[in-house]
Amino acid sequence: MRIGDAKQSYEADEAIWTSSTQKFWFAVFLLVLAVFPFVADAYLLYIGCLVGIAVISTTGLNILTGFTGLISLGQAGFMGVGGYTVAWFSLHTALPFPLTLLLAGLLTAAVGILVGLPSLRVKGLYLAIATLAASVFLHFIFAEWQAVTGGMGGLSLPPAHLFGLTFQSDFEMYFIIVPLAVVMVLAAKNVFRTRTGRAFIAIRDRDISAEILGINLLRYKLMSFALSSFYAGVAGGLFAYFYRVVTPESFPLSLSIFYLAAVIVGGMGNLLGGILGAAFMTLIPEMLNLLTATLTPFYPNAPVFMSPMLGIIFGALIVGFLIFEPNGLGEIWQRVRRFFRLWPFRN
Amino acid sequence: MDWLFFGEISLAGLAMGGLYGLIGLGFVIIYKATRVINFAIGEIMMFAAYLFLAFAGGMEMSPWVALPLAVLGGSVLGGVIEKVMIRPMLGESSISVVMVTIGLASILVGLVELGWGADPQLLPEFLPRKPVFLGELYLAPKIAYGFLIGATLLLVYLLYFRFSRGGVALRATASDQAAAYSMGINVRRVFNLAWVFGSLAASLAGVLVAATGGLSPQFGAVGLSVLVVVIVGGLDSILGALIAGLFIGWLETVAGAYLGGQYRMPATFAVLAVILVLRPYGLFGTHEIERV
Amino acid sequence: MILECDLTTTQAVGSDVGAASGKTEHNKNILEIHNLSLSFGGVTALRDVSFRVPEQGITTVIGPNGAGKTSMFNCISGFYQPQQGSIHYQGKPLTGVKPPARAALGLARTFQNIALFRGMTVLDNIKLGAHVHMKSGLLASLAYFGPARREEMAVRREVERHIIDFLEIDHIRRQPVASLPYGLQKRVELARALAMRPKVLMLDEPVAGMNREEKEDMARFILDIREEWDVTILMVEHDMAMVMDISDHIAVLNFGQVIAEGLPADVQNNAEVIEAYLGTRDMDSLRHKLNPESEVA
Ligand SMILES: Nc1ncnc2c1ncn2[C@@H]1O[C@H](COP(=O)(O)OP(=O)(O)OP(=O)(O)O)[C@@H](O)[C@H]1O
Ligand SMILES: [Mg+2]
Repeated sequence: MRIGDAKQSYEADEAIWTSSTQKFWFAVFLLVLAVFPFVADAYLLYIGCLVGIAVISTTGLNILTGFTGLISLGQAGFMGVGGYTVAWFSLHTALPFPLTLLLAGLLTAAVGILVGLPSLRVKGLYLAIATLAASVFLHFIFAEWQAVTGGMGGLSLPPAHLFGLTFQSDFEMYFIIVPLAVVMVLAAKNVFRTRTGRAFIAIRDRDISAEILGINLLRYKLMSFALSSFYAGVAGGLFAYFYRVVTPESFPLSLSIFYLAAVIVGGMGNLLGGILGAAFMTLIPEMLNLLTATLTPFYPNAPVFMSPMLGIIFGALIVGFLIFEPNGLGEIWQRVRRFFRLWPFRN
Repeated sequence: MDWLFFGEISLAGLAMGGLYGLIGLGFVIIYKATRVINFAIGEIMMFAAYLFLAFAGGMEMSPWVALPLAVLGGSVLGGVIEKVMIRPMLGESSISVVMVTIGLASILVGLVELGWGADPQLLPEFLPRKPVFLGELYLAPKIAYGFLIGATLLLVYLLYFRFSRGGVALRATASDQAAAYSMGINVRRVFNLAWVFGSLAASLAGVLVAATGGLSPQFGAVGLSVLVVVIVGGLDSILGALIAGLFIGWLETVAGAYLGGQYRMPATFAVLAVILVLRPYGLFGTHEIERV
Repeated sequence: MILECDLTTTQAVGSDVGAASGKTEHNKNILEIHNLSLSFGGVTALRDVSFRVPEQGITTVIGPNGAGKTSMFNCISGFYQPQQGSIHYQGKPLTGVKPPARAALGLARTFQNIALFRGMTVLDNIKLGAHVHMKSGLLASLAYFGPARREEMAVRREVERHIIDFLEIDHIRRQPVASLPYGLQKRVELARALAMRPKVLMLDEPVAGMNREEKEDMARFILDIREEWDVTILMVEHDMAMVMDISDHIAVLNFGQVIAEGLPADVQNNAEVIEAYLGTRDMDSLRHKLNPESEVA
């Protein structure tokens, strides 16, 4: 136990933060998030928003792949559904952003359920291939359904708004993205404190036994698909508001791989790890950019290597973590934390 | 309807499908022996095709020297992959292993782009250019000869697996690993050889496909078509891979010719979706029985 | 207790059960298996199997390896669909009832090869057993505070008071199950099955692979469960000492057929049973099995 305080009640025992040390650090973390936009420069703000979107999407994929064991290659497609939904509603209605994002999440959840339906008959990798098929179809729809999606040119949308306020700059978007990310991660954490989350994990670990123990597999697999795609849809919607344009090229298959990598690098079935993975994976291209910028004066064609290097690094991270650190950054984080266990309440 | 056109398109599609069948065979060999679904098969094809480009184009070797060298290179790559990336994953969940191959694909794409740039390239011509006619029907010579070469290797494979000792070991391992092990078969070696042979088939097909359609770092996307082929045929069925290969190759080409290139993938993936719902383990695959 | 211990072939046992259930024994048999047949391709796992599980007692199914015992459990759980025959639970046929629904009806079980969820703690594994008795949906779970938390706490209290204390696993409740020794894992599996609030508790080889001390603990738990919980126990076990010690009713399976059914003493002396075990040609285990007294400390 942490500080050795006797647990007064089961409520306290099952809280997310069971000790004052943890509560303290979470409060500090929230404070940092709140102060960040006022001290950060434009570039850091931009990164902050990107990380926020990535955290939401990664958390969604983690629910499906990390916790329920259903590997999905459709994450980018799902985000696309959310992105196009927000774009369409912003262009054709005056709905404020909470509603457009909610609609994006719900519509994507519906698509997710549809994609998950084959899990009635197939599982494991066959299901992964069903999600791959879904991403092919979705990409096709994005590119070809001119009337709604604007075809290859995509859609440009007006900024997010609420009560007459518009959210245009990165600074303003930060106040939509980051609070939403915090709330959605906490909600996901809640799920895994209840029967729903246990059912997901049980399906991942031993689906047949889970069924014999009373878990309706189809129901919970579809629920996981729905929840996960809801997160993807909201993340896609935020993406649309953030870049103010969506095209079929915004959601390529490689984006799905990016999120898979984030989940793996962070640690499958570990929400905190997922956050770390999302941040880490978002930062890599930026650091590579920086490196390229520094190198260009000496090697003028350094930028040419940027994109292939990114692919190699992403791939190597996936392979390397799976082989050497299968529990990901989340596990590494735990180790570090154990090391500094009681700080700053050393009593 | 122009039946001549349809016939020619179909013929081209079937020839392409023959190559898909060959790649599918490579895929199935790996799957049967090691139960690994290799998402990087398209990238292995691509890698071999780039090797060919380097040998025949850059180093100006004779294509008929470059071809076997490139195929050899692809096979060695397969063996190395098995040793370095797949073997350490023994006993891990199949999902983790698949993700390793996905990561591998990403690495290979990056590597060829580093080496040869992102622009599409044409392979040096090496197949006879004399037009091929089957009765009335014209078939592009590259496709025709590509098919012939591919079909030859396919035949060699089928005979080899049927009759050779290696083939028997492979089939024994596929049907019961533990039993094969207890009979003194070196299962590890079989795993490695399966990757070598599987990659060999993919590599040859890779050069032949690239010879007809050109080569770029996106070339690995053919891997998606192959995935459809093996799912439709049944992951562990060689016959399934051959039949589904022909069918998918045909369908893709016909859909591309009549509806437009953007319909190629949706058409084949529609078949995939139907199969997943109606016959999840493919036309010829075996349904694994689960136990508690 | 049931005293019908004719040691007949399957056919006869089958018709006996049928007749009995028609008359007086009906409410006393919580489970009745009628003429069950199951095969996998060429392998016949069960051949026209009939037997019954009297309410409240401990019924044990014994038989050599591969006799079809686990397959029978899987049929009762609904995981295998028998090609023929039926299973009646509390007088009603289970045909067409899906596994989760069977769990909700009170058919709980443990598995021969421990089937704990490795990614969860001991506590979560046990709580998962209560799944069918809980209601929170996705939205309640996302919100947590409110109904979901109330329900979770109620289950936690129940699990702590009635199961964790009872099975003496307080000290490991926070541990991930994968880190536990084998014997404790078996105990956690039992705990999880108890959390399902079983009416019939099916235990597939509860003491296999345990040392003497662990076996004794487990036997004591099983007896205590029979005393304190309102539950029927259906068990598969190879350890004859324990089987003869604690069972009220025994059915013997051999090559997918019931070759004997009745009281422990009768089954023990049945010629066919002895032969079935002789058939294993394993003299050591035979001696063990036929002289259970020597095993009991
Ligand atoms: N899913 C399955 N597929 C194929 N055969 C099976 C399957 N399940 C069981 N069998 C076969 O059915 C027969 C009975 O197996 P079962 O597991 O029921 O035996 P058992 O009595 O539990 O044996 P043990 O004492 O070893 O646990 C065996 O021959 C087994 O190989
Ligand atoms: Mg058994």
